[in-house]
Amino acid sequence: MTRRQTWAVAACLTAMHLAAFRADWLAPYGYADQHREFPYAPPTPIHWAGIRPFVYGLAPEDDGYRVDATRRYPVQFLSRGRLFGAAEPGVIFLLGTDGDGRDVFSRVLYGARVSLAAGLLAALLSLGIGCMLGTVAGFFGGWVDQLLMRGSELFMALPWLYLLLAVRAFLPLHIGSLQAFFLVVAIIGGVGWVRPARLIRGVVLSQRERPFVLAARGFGAGPAYLIRRHILPFTWGITLTQATVLIPQYILAEVTLSFLGLGVAEPVPSWGNMLSEARQYHVLTGHPWLLAPGIAAVPALLGYLLLAEALSSRKFKNMTN
Amino acid sequence: MKYVLCRIVHGALLLAGVSLLTFGFSALAPGDFYSEMRVDPSISPEAVETLRHKAGFDRPLPVRYAAWASAALHGDFGYSLAYAAPVGPLVRERLGATLLLAASATIAAWVLALPLGIWYATRRGWQDALAHTAMALLLIVPDLLLAIVLLLLAVETGWFPAGGMASLDAGSLGAWRRAADVLRHLILPASALVIGMLPVLVRHVRAAVMEVMDAPFALSARAQGIPPRRLLWRHLLAAAANPLVALFGLSLGTLLSASLLVEVVMGWPGLGPLLVDAIMARDVPIVLAVVMLSAAFLIAGNLAADLLLYRLDPRIRVRQ
Repeated sequence: MTRRQTWAVAACLTAMHLAAFRADWLAPYGYADQHREFPYAPPTPIHWAGIRPFVYGLAPEDDGYRVDATRRYPVQFLSRGRLFGAAEPGVIFLLGTDGDGRDVFSRVLYGARVSLAAGLLAALLSLGIGCMLGTVAGFFGGWVDQLLMRGSELFMALPWLYLLLAVRAFLPLHIGSLQAFFLVVAIIGGVGWVRPARLIRGVVLSQRERPFVLAARGFGAGPAYLIRRHILPFTWGITLTQATVLIPQYILAEVTLSFLGLGVAEPVPSWGNMLSEARQYHVLTGHPWLLAPGIAAVPALLGYLLLAEALSSRKFKNMTN
Repeated sequence: MKYVLCRIVHGALLLAGVSLLTFGFSALAPGDFYSEMRVDPSISPEAVETLRHKAGFDRPLPVRYAAWASAALHGDFGYSLAYAAPVGPLVRERLGATLLLAASATIAAWVLALPLGIWYATRRGWQDALAHTAMALLLIVPDLLLAIVLLLLAVETGWFPAGGMASLDAGSLGAWRRAADVLRHLILPASALVIGMLPVLVRHVRAAVMEVMDAPFALSARAQGIPPRRLLWRHLLAAAANPLVALFGLSLGTLLSASLLVEVVMGWPGLGPLLVDAIMARDVPIVLAVVMLSAAFLIAGNLAADLLLYRLDPRIRVRQ
């Protein structure tokens, strides 16, 4: 990829995160707003009168819904503190509704907030721990290094998802949404530090023998100064690459935990707990729009994958030059 | 020989470490099976205490660990309170289902990945670009979404049974028919796992083959007029085997994780659903047993890969 394409991908990812962050403005409804008369409503088509968009009324029937073309509701922009919405009493469900009549489009946006933030924060935590332990182990060596390497082998002896569940199993189950969110972040981040720590240790290990580090040491520089000034700057490349690898993995980890009912719980949406409704296939066959949260994850993952590829190929180029 | 012993001891120590860690962590857990019971007004607190005492929950931690570990070594993982049954047979049955799924998915994935990877390694231009895009697309689709979509497809088309491992009337069928029935149920979860694994495997096969294709020995072999087929089988694949066998060991962990999800989505009665249900029910003995089994499986797989490498690659034997 060219440099410009890489920046474009990074910009798209940033836009995606910003959209998730401002879900309360972009979404036409709140995440818990229920339209009891419209369970499993299909996506609302948008019609145009000239340049003005409008939607037709929706009338529930015995088996599904009927479009009521006699009633028209204009789509209003920037009203009631939201980007758009249908004029009352019309409804606009861009991706349909779920079993409680909640707007799936709004919930995907709010769910993105939870899932993307969980990935980012957990990666931050993981890289923080990994950077600290990896640097200390690589720089000081000896028994500290031995302890870290043996300890990390214990973590790697378990399959990743089993490890997550093993930790989750022994923590409280019934807790509030906010606590659950931070618990999930702490579990994912606290369990995933092993790989970055080992990679950073490797970089530090080779870095500490470089002539200029030895020279600085000869001039009497202390460990704290050496690490801050001469070692850490060289770990940034690998830290950044690791971030682009870890964030999508952690987003999926959050989605998985919430899907299994061990993460963020209803009514707060996460892509994972929204998908668990799609798990009942007899529900899903008639209402395929319930898959939206799973499909929403794909562009985010693609963005991070492209970024990771670009970063690692650039690193490779730098190494060969 | 020393190397083999060393690897085996290392694996055993690792397993012991994992058991110590998980058991210690389980003891830190707030609340156990009995704390749910204590809320129940129909059971007196004294009765709960008696039950706890009978299950040995009030003994000191090291004593409990020693008792649990020595029993676990004999295949006895204690008594499941939620299922009111010994954990050993319960887990063994589930382990069989998971192993069947994992083994068939692994074999199918490698059988597909080897020719695909070799084909991909020899392509240039648009075919290479196409394969690259296809692999990237497969790579970004989450396992969870893949499993749900496959299940949806099965329900819509009716080609495959939707979930489970056996039909309801399987008990009345003969041995052959029953095996065929299981096989029919196996196709869907196994293909979800295969599609999930394929892009990673193909990429690695391609990288390994490309590396040896450009090696001087391959050039000289080609110059001596060794036919392409023989060159591929006798020279290139033998040299490329090293990273691939290592990958086999490493990919087991990913496989087990993906398998857990697929099992839960598709209702395959393996270790995954058992673990999730046990967590919900706070059934510590089952959680411990399943976690230990998954660790044992992964460690054994890595050990097997190590030993296979030692057998296949003379360079490792010389290095010692």
